[in-house]
Amino acid sequence: MAREVPFNFLKFMKRFIKQGVKAMKKNTKSLKMRIIENWQMYLLLLIPFVLTLVYKYIPMYGIQIAFRDFKASRGITGSEWVGLEWFRRFFSSPNCMRMIKNTFLLSAYSLLWSFPIPIILSLCINQLRFKKLKRVTQTVLYAPHFISTMVICGMIKIFLSPSGGLVNLILGTNADFLTEAGAFRTIYIASGIWQDAGWGCIIYLATLATVDTSLYEAAKVDGASVLQRILHIDLPALLPMIVLNLIMSAGSLMNVGFEKVWLLQTDLNKATSDIIAVYVYEQGIENAKYSYSTAVSLFNTVINLILLLVVNKIAKKYSDVEFV
Amino acid sequence: MKKANKLGLSDRLSDIILVVICVAVTLIVAYPLYYVLVASVSNPYDVYAGKTFLLPSEFTLEGYKSVFADDSIFTGYFNSIKYTIIGTVYSVVLLYMVAYPLAQKDLPGRKLISIFFIVTMYFGGGLVPTYLIVKQTGLIGNMWSLFLPGGVSVANMILVKNYFQNSIPGELVEAAQIDGCTKLGTLLKIVLPLSLPILSVMVVFSMVAYWNDWFTALIYLPNSDMAPLPLVLRNILIKSSASATQASTISGGYAELNKMTEMIKFASIIVAAAPMLIAYPFVQKYFEKGMMAGAVKG
Repeated sequence: MAREVPFNFLKFMKRFIKQGVKAMKKNTKSLKMRIIENWQMYLLLLIPFVLTLVYKYIPMYGIQIAFRDFKASRGITGSEWVGLEWFRRFFSSPNCMRMIKNTFLLSAYSLLWSFPIPIILSLCINQLRFKKLKRVTQTVLYAPHFISTMVICGMIKIFLSPSGGLVNLILGTNADFLTEAGAFRTIYIASGIWQDAGWGCIIYLATLATVDTSLYEAAKVDGASVLQRILHIDLPALLPMIVLNLIMSAGSLMNVGFEKVWLLQTDLNKATSDIIAVYVYEQGIENAKYSYSTAVSLFNTVINLILLLVVNKIAKKYSDVEFV
Repeated sequence: MKKANKLGLSDRLSDIILVVICVAVTLIVAYPLYYVLVASVSNPYDVYAGKTFLLPSEFTLEGYKSVFADDSIFTGYFNSIKYTIIGTVYSVVLLYMVAYPLAQKDLPGRKLISIFFIVTMYFGGGLVPTYLIVKQTGLIGNMWSLFLPGGVSVANMILVKNYFQNSIPGELVEAAQIDGCTKLGTLLKIVLPLSLPILSVMVVFSMVAYWNDWFTALIYLPNSDMAPLPLVLRNILIKSSASATQASTISGGYAELNKMTEMIKFASIIVAAAPMLIAYPFVQKYFEKGMMAGAVKG
């Protein structure tokens, strides 16, 4: 016994070194070879690479116009450096705080209301035993996701019309909801839920499909009710995905979609519908205030990035999940 | 025996509850679309009098006739079809051009290249700097401004890449390569046919994105006869609302015009939404499969 140990150890070391050398040889020898072998792959990557460089990375470089007084004739780097002037102007503009508040609140309320619904829906759909009804439900629930924001907003306008709109017909009123600042967030969030709650189920349903069916059998034998099965089997199975989704959404809290707000905005509901993204568009594209608009947009992006990094750090701390 | 009976009862009860919930939710989601469909073939006065909750009243196809008689809508429709077809082919090809190389585990620099693309998912230049570069590359007023500035859709690329890694048998790929097939050949002969489920999901995603997109066209295509359908509909659906309420106070020929506008609104919603609503159920069964295979990290 005593003699065997060092012998084995030596043999092990020898083999270990031999393998290491072999692996190193293989690696150093093949790096060039591997690059040459993969020339087709690099060729494939070339066009997407150039496109990304031109249309994604050069604009990032162009962000510096937020610190310059951009004049098209002088180009990006030739324009005068003005430091934080545009940011100062934004923060001293009368609607600045309102826009920041509206952007944040619209997003936060949206998350609060629309986040739990796909979870509840997918738990119900998953437990449904009638295959045909299950399919029909899914098909119908996914449908609104495939409709353009423009069409959705057109429908909202029609339904909320003060003269003969569906909502007014049902309620027996003739209110013009789109001119009421107090109704804007409700309209935005409710229509958002109608459009995307079903679509949000997909990822949860896909996760639930991986649940081991023998767990259900066992639970049935133990006399567990459907509700108990949902609470003790399905919900725990969904939890990692729920946390992941929640973190991702929290990371984009200042990222409110521009399209719907812009289309539903009226002069009278601006008290709640005035958000940063719309302002960036109006100033940048409609009024051609390039530098100012870029500064406002950069402010928003930076806040978003900070949120994302914080959230990512938290996620890393509490689980193995990491995104950035 | 008694216990088993009891169990069956509670199961049946929860079955009923689940069915009620699902049917209710389905009806809530489907009803607005159904209402628009019914309204689009009804007399608009009856629609506004609340007579068309369930069935059309005074069936008519006037609305659809005027939609297709309208030159701008027709051009918009044609443009949207064109953009959707070209854009989808372009996007999916581009997606494969990135996803396949990045799925090769022995590709030197794979991690660096991945990061290069993934960064664009979290950080971008923003509206104006992107607009300026599109302008500088001469794409304003050019159809390609709808496709090129979007770059690679990174989230979809990751889904496809993971699908390649998880759902395509490595032995098949190896066997092909031992037989002397190059990597590009493997992509075309083995990987492409085997990735049809994720491919069809990506095709539908792209189709939907291009069919429904109007913001890109709003910024980059100032020429109105290049406008895609949703942008054309903006004049009818969004802008006309204010003038429609004003118009209702004016009588005579204006009221007739107003009636027509209302019919066109309903019909154009159906016309714009129908193609995608008809197309997607065909690939619906792949959504979950594709998402599943793609969401698992490889």
